[in-house]
Amino acid sequence: MIHTHENGITCQDLLLNLSSYIDGDLEESMCEELKRHMEGCQNCRVVFDTTTRTIYLYQSRIERDEIPPEVRERLYSKLNLDDFLKTKA
Amino acid sequence: MTEIEPELSLDLLRAGDRNELARLVEAYSPSIYRLASRMLGNAQDAEDVLQTTFLKVFKALADFEGRSSLSTWIYRIAANEALMMMRRKQPAYSLDEEVEDEEGGTYQPKEMADWSALPEAQLLDVEAQKQLDRAIQTLPAKLRSVFLLRDVEGLSIRETAEALSLTETNVKTRLLRARLFLREQLSAYYTEKMALEK
Ligand SMILES: [Zn+2]
Repeated sequence: MIHTHENGITCQDLLLNLSSYIDGDLEESMCEELKRHMEGCQNCRVVFDTTTRTIYLYQSRIERDEIPPEVRERLYSKLNLDDFLKTKA
Repeated sequence: MTEIEPELSLDLLRAGDRNELARLVEAYSPSIYRLASRMLGNAQDAEDVLQTTFLKVFKALADFEGRSSLSTWIYRIAANEALMMMRRKQPAYSLDEEVEDEEGGTYQPKEMADWSALPEAQLLDVEAQKQLDRAIQTLPAKLRSVFLLRDVEGLSIRETAEALSLTETNVKTRLLRARLFLREQLSAYYTEKMALEK
């Protein structure tokens, strides 16, 4: 195996790669390095867990946003598409 | 999250087929309204941006070359409209000065409490939802647009870069900052909430 424990990554490395790691954009070997770092580093594990949770919470929160019916009506009217308003509730 | 891109006929859209245009509006208006409301934090401004976006989309469809996907192109028009609205509303406020894209000033997380295992009912109760809304409004606009397109609307890094006329590297840098900024805000809030409930 290429990686050695002595050359482990730092907290700063983890931070800089955090987003790409969350997005699954990193090479397998780098993911392994990050995972191993987090096993031994409580702070980085918390940062990782709370960051993924933050993203998830915003997704759940905003996903529930709906377009108010009167806003939708005014949009269709502005676009001269009033006659299509009833096609979908 | 992104809906599956509906099968729309570009030829019909370009020819001004009203039925097809209505399908386009039905498919994309919820996402555009969501983006505009969260970018601007104000329902009236969001509605203005929603209407202007589709008026522009209808007008520009003839020139749409299909180099990016239709959805990315519509998001691009909407994001521009939202940013212009911000400039109109706060002329003194420079969108260009607020973020540097360099890695400089490497970010150090401060809040270290682990609230990630709190039950979802608590993480998303009415008060917490308000806190989430407040936090995203304090995020600098340039970071907010990246976060909303990538993490909420589910665009890829490349699509986000296309929609905002940024490089992919810039998108990645801003996305990291946005995520860490929001994490910090939510951590401060949930830490206090946990302490109060003990
Ligand atoms: Zn660490």
